Amino acid sequence: MKIHEYQAKELFRNANIPVPAGEVAFSVDEACTTAENLGSYPVVIKAQIHAGGRGKGGGVKLANSREDVKNTASHILNMHLVTPQTGPEGKIVKKVLVEEGLKIARELYLSILPDRATATIVIMASQAGGMDIETVAAQSPEKIVRVSVNPLTGIQPYHCREVAFGLDLSPEVAKQFYPMLGNLYRLFVSRDCSLVEINPLVVTEKNAIVALDAKIDIDSNGLYRQKNLEELRDTDEEDPLEVEASRFNLNYINLSGNVGNMVNGAGLAMATMDIIKKAGADPANFLDVGGGANAEMVENGFRIILADKNVKAILINIFGGILRCDVLAEGVVQAAQKTGITVPVVIRMEGTNVEEGRRILAASGLNLVTAVDLKDAADKIAAIVKR
Amino acid sequence: MSIFVDKETRLLVQGITGREGQFHTRQCVAYGTNVVAGVTPGKGGQEMDGIPVFNTVQEAVRHTGADCSMIFVPPPFAADAIMEAADADIELIVCITEGIPVMDMLLVKNFLATKSSRLIGPNCPGIITPGQCKVGIMPGPIHMSGAIGVVSRSGTLTYEVVDQLTKVGLGQSTCLGIGGDPVNGTNFIDCLAAFENDPDTKGIVMIGEIGGSAEEEACAYIADSVSKPVVGFVAGLTAPPGRRMGHAGAIVSGGSGTAQAKIDAMLQADVHVCKDLGRLGELCGQVFKDTNQ
Repeated sequence: MKIHEYQAKELFRNANIPVPAGEVAFSVDEACTTAENLGSYPVVIKAQIHAGGRGKGGGVKLANSREDVKNTASHILNMHLVTPQTGPEGKIVKKVLVEEGLKIARELYLSILPDRATATIVIMASQAGGMDIETVAAQSPEKIVRVSVNPLTGIQPYHCREVAFGLDLSPEVAKQFYPMLGNLYRLFVSRDCSLVEINPLVVTEKNAIVALDAKIDIDSNGLYRQKNLEELRDTDEEDPLEVEASRFNLNYINLSGNVGNMVNGAGLAMATMDIIKKAGADPANFLDVGGGANAEMVENGFRIILADKNVKAILINIFGGILRCDVLAEGVVQAAQKTGITVPVVIRMEGTNVEEGRRILAASGLNLVTAVDLKDAADKIAAIVKR
Repeated sequence: MSIFVDKETRLLVQGITGREGQFHTRQCVAYGTNVVAGVTPGKGGQEMDGIPVFNTVQEAVRHTGADCSMIFVPPPFAADAIMEAADADIELIVCITEGIPVMDMLLVKNFLATKSSRLIGPNCPGIITPGQCKVGIMPGPIHMSGAIGVVSRSGTLTYEVVDQLTKVGLGQSTCLGIGGDPVNGTNFIDCLAAFENDPDTKGIVMIGEIGGSAEEEACAYIADSVSKPVVGFVAGLTAPPGRRMGHAGAIVSGGSGTAQAKIDAMLQADVHVCKDLGRLGELCGQVFKDTNQ
């Protein structure tokens, strides 16, 4: 789960990780008031959306007076902000963070994330702050400091020293950095984060270390014990169909293609999307109804797929193990009758009770195309797409 | 023969009295698995279909000699269940549970490094040696005893592959899913090494998906140490970057973990890459034709 910069900075503040003074504003008036309360100009106005590269898209601006804040905030609020991470359609900005402007001496990079391969928690740092870490890794990997922490022992002073020396911090700055990094590590662990990234982490002209930016992703599997973080979810930032699907425990991702699909199991669902592409079309979605799907879930899945107006055909691919084919078939027939399916539907079923499932589909009188195996399903989808 | 489980396996089920636990225990028993015990804290002394239930894994092992555990405990308690099994020196722990926080698995994985237990999963369908022993949730009847080892990060995608193998007459030595989570126990390399050393496995099918670099590492191992023919498939060529595709571990991030990179690694290791899942059975029929006794 992604959260906004202003929310991440609030978590930082509570964990004693220094951040610039500032507040989120939902209107131009609020932005002006916040700027006045900060007491001096310039202030920085930052668009709050769930995507990086906001500066490049014109979503981060300096303002030197109250008038300037008014103009800048009215420009950024409600703008369609397009960044390298939003896609060409961009995102509408509904709130801005107004912060004190700092005089910056150095820009650094710092992040914490789990390493899948070694099962450790990795701290990454670089002196090339402001650049994205993938670029640094590609162009000058020697500039990246990488320190692995065994989660059983947690962070130790030597880990902090390794990072501080790697960043070439002066003793005065390092003294502030050690507790900051410890606090950041403990925040990462205690809040079930899957990423904490500060880019840039700055050293000011007054030699203070401050998190100028803040990005936190939360492990969705940890949300059951992070109730107060769950409240930070911003459904405005998500695709409306995905929000709808999540209400029914459906694992759905909206894509830009024209062939909808419904599959049980994530791996098979990805493979089915690939098959659609190979058949000469593009998948309109990813939808894993899971092993325990029932008729109601199938029906909701159908409704959500059909709500996407780009969908010209649907491929259902179910390998019945625990989910029996006859149960699926009944769900499909029910859904078809209730929602009135208007596009061609190809159904491929295999596994438990498949004969009974096929009989139910055939007897339904619905215009459904049955495929005997995956190859057949791909051919039938290809034929429909070419029409 | 087989890897990791066979007809000698003595299975314990943690979470045996829950809905999922009961259902799948019955399926395993029906398949012929020797289920010797169950564990549900607080329900010690009861029975489930005649299988004795204990309060702790230690107690279950002491009374029944269980050497393998299948875990159906909900996510908040699953890490604890895995560690309890490892502390009781269970040889093989198969964790089916989906949704365990990564932070928990990081601790579990480092704890297991100090133990002799092998973990399969979590978030996996389990492991089956056809005709001998099923420890998991896969449909038994699609399997057939034979000489092909199957290892995968997925559930239903594995069933699809196994079904195609069986339909072209290629039986399986052992099939297992190593799970869709970012941090898991047994990895591809462990399974490839075991299949390579199993005299009765003549060929291997490896099913990968986007996210992480486990396939790439496995391919380096194949190039160095695997003499048996390997057929490979990777799901997720059309997956958009930055999105988690159902499995917690299935995500392309920062340009790494793409399906294409994994396919390239497979090609480099002389793995026979299947580009059309609908024809995987056919391809295996050609690649493994000499191995099919």
